[in-house]
Amino acid sequence: MRIIDAKIITESIAKLVVEANLYLPEDVKQALESALRQETSQCGREILSQLIENYKLAEQTGLPLCQDTGLAIFFVELGAEVKVNGNLMEAINAGVRQGYEQGFLRKSVCDPFTRKNTGDNTPALIHVDLVPGEQLKIKFMAKGGGSENMSRVTMLAPAQGFAGIKEFVLKRVAEAGPNPCPPIIVGVGIGGSFDYAPILAKKALFRRLDRFHPDPDIAEKEAELLQAINELGIGPMGLGGKTTCLGVKIEIHPCHIASLPLAVNIQCHSARHKEVII
Amino acid sequence: MSEHRLQTPLTEEDVLQLKAGDKVLLSGLIYTARDAAHQRLIQAIEQGKELPFPVQGAVIYYVGPTPAPPGKVIGSAGPTTSYRMDKYAPKLYELGVKATIGKGKRSEDVKKSMQVYKAVYLGATGGAGALLSSCIKQAKVIAYPELGPEAIRVLQVQDFPLLVINDVFGHELYVQPKI
Repeated sequence: MRIIDAKIITESIAKLVVEANLYLPEDVKQALESALRQETSQCGREILSQLIENYKLAEQTGLPLCQDTGLAIFFVELGAEVKVNGNLMEAINAGVRQGYEQGFLRKSVCDPFTRKNTGDNTPALIHVDLVPGEQLKIKFMAKGGGSENMSRVTMLAPAQGFAGIKEFVLKRVAEAGPNPCPPIIVGVGIGGSFDYAPILAKKALFRRLDRFHPDPDIAEKEAELLQAINELGIGPMGLGGKTTCLGVKIEIHPCHIASLPLAVNIQCHSARHKEVII
Repeated sequence: MSEHRLQTPLTEEDVLQLKAGDKVLLSGLIYTARDAAHQRLIQAIEQGKELPFPVQGAVIYYVGPTPAPPGKVIGSAGPTTSYRMDKYAPKLYELGVKATIGKGKRSEDVKKSMQVYKAVYLGATGGAGALLSSCIKQAKVIAYPELGPEAIRVLQVQDFPLLVINDVFGHELYVQPKI
C-alpha cells in the first residue's frame, strides 16, 4: 500500500491546470503546422498561421492560449494499492481553485439556473477509475464551452450500423460549421449506454493525434470519418479549406442488444489537456 | 477583397463600404458583452434606463477575457460563439450598434436586422486569445462588475484584425458544408 498525501495532489493539480492552458500539446502543434503545409485556401492558411503564432505567443507571454480556460475535467486512474491521505476529490478541487486563481485563468463555472459564477472554476468534473497498481494518474482537460455546445449524443437503432454513425457524425460537424472553432478534433463514443457513450467520446479526445485506435478495423473507421469530415470543406474557422478536422478518435464499449448509443464530442483546435503521474 | 482601417465609433458610411470577406483593422474604443451582460442590457432597455456606453456607432465584442496578469492590461481575449447573443442583437443594432465581433454563425433574424439597420458582423479568430490580446491597449470595467469575466469592459484597441462575415448587403463569408 502506497500512501499519497492530498496536499501533494493539490500542488500537482494547481501546476497542471496552468500548464495545460499555456502550452499546447506537441502533437496538436505538429498537426497545425502540417495542416498549414497542406492547406490551399488563402483564408484557411491565414487562420492556421494565426493559430501557430498564438501558441508561440502564449508560451512567450504566459497568457492562456484561449480566454475560455474551460470547465476542468479530470479522468483519474487510481491504483488499487494507493491510499490517499485526505479526500481525493477535495484535493483535486483545491488544486483547480489554486491554479485558476494564481495562473490568472478565467473562472467559467456557474449555477445552471441563476447563472451565478462560483468564482473559482470549481466544481471540477472528476471521473475516477480504479486500476491495478500503486500509481495515481490524473488526466486533465480544459474544455471550452463553444465546442462542448456543438457536441451531441443519440441512440441509434442497431440496424443503422456504421453507416448511421457516419451520417450522424457528418451532419453534426456540418451543422456545427464555424461555431466550435475548426479545425476540430472529434471524439466518438460508441456503445455503452446513454450516459456512458459521451464519457467514451471524451476519453477518446485524450489520445494523441498521431495515434489511431489499436484495433485496425476501428482505426480504418477513424480514417474514413476523418477524410469524410475534411471533404465537407468547412475549413479553418469555417472560412473554407481542406482542414476541418485534425483527428477522429473512436472509443467503443459493448452495449445492450437493443441499442447503439453514439456520442460526438467536439474539441476545438485549442485541445488543451495534460496528465500527471503521482 | 479589400482591407479597411476603421476607427470607432463607426458610421453608416464606414459599414456600407464593407463586403463579406474584406479585412478590417479596427482601432478605437469597443465594448465587451457576452451572455449575462446582454441580458442586463436588454433589461435596461426595457426599463427605459440608460445604457452603460454610447450605443450610436458602437462596436460590441463578444468576449469574456481572462484576468490581467501583473504588467498586462488584459489577459487572453478572443471571441466567444455569437449565436448565443442572437436573441439580443437585433434590438442593439436597431438602437445604433454598427458592428458586433464574435465567431460562428448568426441567425436569419440577426442577418436581416443587419440589412435593415445597416450594420455588420465581424469575425475574429477563435482560439487566438493570446494573439488578439496584443491589440488591446487599455481595458476597464464600466458596468456589472459582479459578472466577473462577463462584466462590460471598454477596450481601447489598435489595428484589431477582423474579417467581415456578414455585410449590410446580405452576403456571408462562411462556406456551406458539402454534405
